[in-house]
Amino acid sequence: MFSSVKEMIHACQADNIPVWELALRREVEEGEHSREEILQDMSQKLDVMAAAVERGLEGVRSYSGLSGGAAKLMEDYRQSGRGLSGDLFLKAISYALAVNEVNAAMGIICATPTAGSAGVVPAILMAVRDQLELSREDQIHYLLTAAAYGLAIGNQTSIAGAEGGCQAEVGAASAMAAAALTWAAGGSLEQQASALAMALMNVLGLVCDPVAGLVEIPCIKRNAMGAANALAAAEMALAGSASEIPADEVIEAMGRVGHMLPSALRETAQGGIAATKTAKRYAKALKKSKKKYLSEEQMLVPGEGGSDASEAN
Amino acid sequence: MKYNSVADIIGPVMVGPSSSHTAGAVRIGQIAREIYGEQPETAAITFYGSFAHTFRGHGTDVAVVAGLLGMSTFDRRIPEALKLALEAGMKVTIRTSDERVQHPNTARIQLNGKAGKLEIIGVSVGGGAVQIMNIDGYRVRLMGDVPSLLIMHQDTVGVVASITQMLGSEQINIAHMELSRKAKGKSALLTLEADGKISTELLLKIRSLPYIQKVVQIQV
Repeated sequence: MFSSVKEMIHACQADNIPVWELALRREVEEGEHSREEILQDMSQKLDVMAAAVERGLEGVRSYSGLSGGAAKLMEDYRQSGRGLSGDLFLKAISYALAVNEVNAAMGIICATPTAGSAGVVPAILMAVRDQLELSREDQIHYLLTAAAYGLAIGNQTSIAGAEGGCQAEVGAASAMAAAALTWAAGGSLEQQASALAMALMNVLGLVCDPVAGLVEIPCIKRNAMGAANALAAAEMALAGSASEIPADEVIEAMGRVGHMLPSALRETAQGGIAATKTAKRYAKALKKSKKKYLSEEQMLVPGEGGSDASEAN
Repeated sequence: MKYNSVADIIGPVMVGPSSSHTAGAVRIGQIAREIYGEQPETAAITFYGSFAHTFRGHGTDVAVVAGLLGMSTFDRRIPEALKLALEAGMKVTIRTSDERVQHPNTARIQLNGKAGKLEIIGVSVGGGAVQIMNIDGYRVRLMGDVPSLLIMHQDTVGVVASITQMLGSEQINIAHMELSRKAKGKSALLTLEADGKISTELLLKIRSLPYIQKVVQIQV
């Protein structure tokens, strides 16, 4: 599969095909699935994404009780007409929140590329599909395009917050969405790569600092940022403003920055927002109210030479 | 390459909240169960690194147990897995360790029951993808995303050749192969990733070859 954006674009240019077509062909060549099976799989995932947006907009509370309801507030606000930005932008924000609130509620979502960043790619798609008159086929192709760019990122660095911080999760999602959106809006291959580079560049260094170790605060609202950032990057690319730094070099830089991030800022819930006074108070309250479904035998016991480090402090 | 499929990036469809700490953990549990071959009577799970720090919030504990019970990553019963394990007669112990590990999301799973003992070490590498790093002391690198075979055999001349020959004669192409042994002439573990599904018939044939002790297939 893809190991760089450059290689991907060259291959598309050589055969004069879009990125999604190249991704399909490669997958058929290398994998075990037929073209129809891959398209069917993406089609089912599209349904999962749409259902998650729908459920989130109705208003859900998280499993822990720490978050929830933001998507519904955002959607009501959008529909009231009081929003400052255009409708498409407001939709993107509210849909991104919706998916991640469903995720925090232990609902069913499709990881894109991870669960913590699952809101960005579908939010952009659902927000633009009417305006860009995207057919169901187009929407599936958007997902394949996002996947192809995601592969180019993941195979050069990491897409795990524990390894690369939030830049590797919401950042990667934002870059994937920016590139796929640029394609959907008729942008060239170079413009797609530029959109990816600019989206990623804008979030370099973004840390992974989940309050109480839960994928809720600040994760849910960071997905809204990821969507907004994707829109900004795609708009710049479509306007003709190219990224001054090639996409692969930005990806490489992201990998290096990820390695430089201390462990406290890589999903361990020990730094950043997770280390604030209020966050610690939340974590403490959660510990007290923890659901008891463990039997005596299942109770946590400290490991040899280790300690029960399940709570951040 | 870490990711070979568009489904690695757009997917998996899963119960939240974390692809690495929840979905990946389910997958590690699933693979452990497949290697063990049946539901174990006891499962001792030790979490390291980020898993040790945040397993409760991400439901990593319930996720691994759900996998051991044979649930999928999008099973709605995952949050109830500890309770269901108790009902199913599987005793679970969860420990954390601050021992240093190479990868932040590491779990050690020790299973015990009618099928004997098994210990595996698995890591969640991101986006729901996993790697099994160690099986009963043998160093491996098993992703479990393609049909894979684990063949325990006596470390002696010609065993690997007889296995690959048999796969070749059945038109099964080997994508990746790794041999791991603790000492010369003792038991060795051959890990094979194939391009296609391996039939039960072929598995039995491999099992009947000389010096073969155990054959396990990991389904995708």
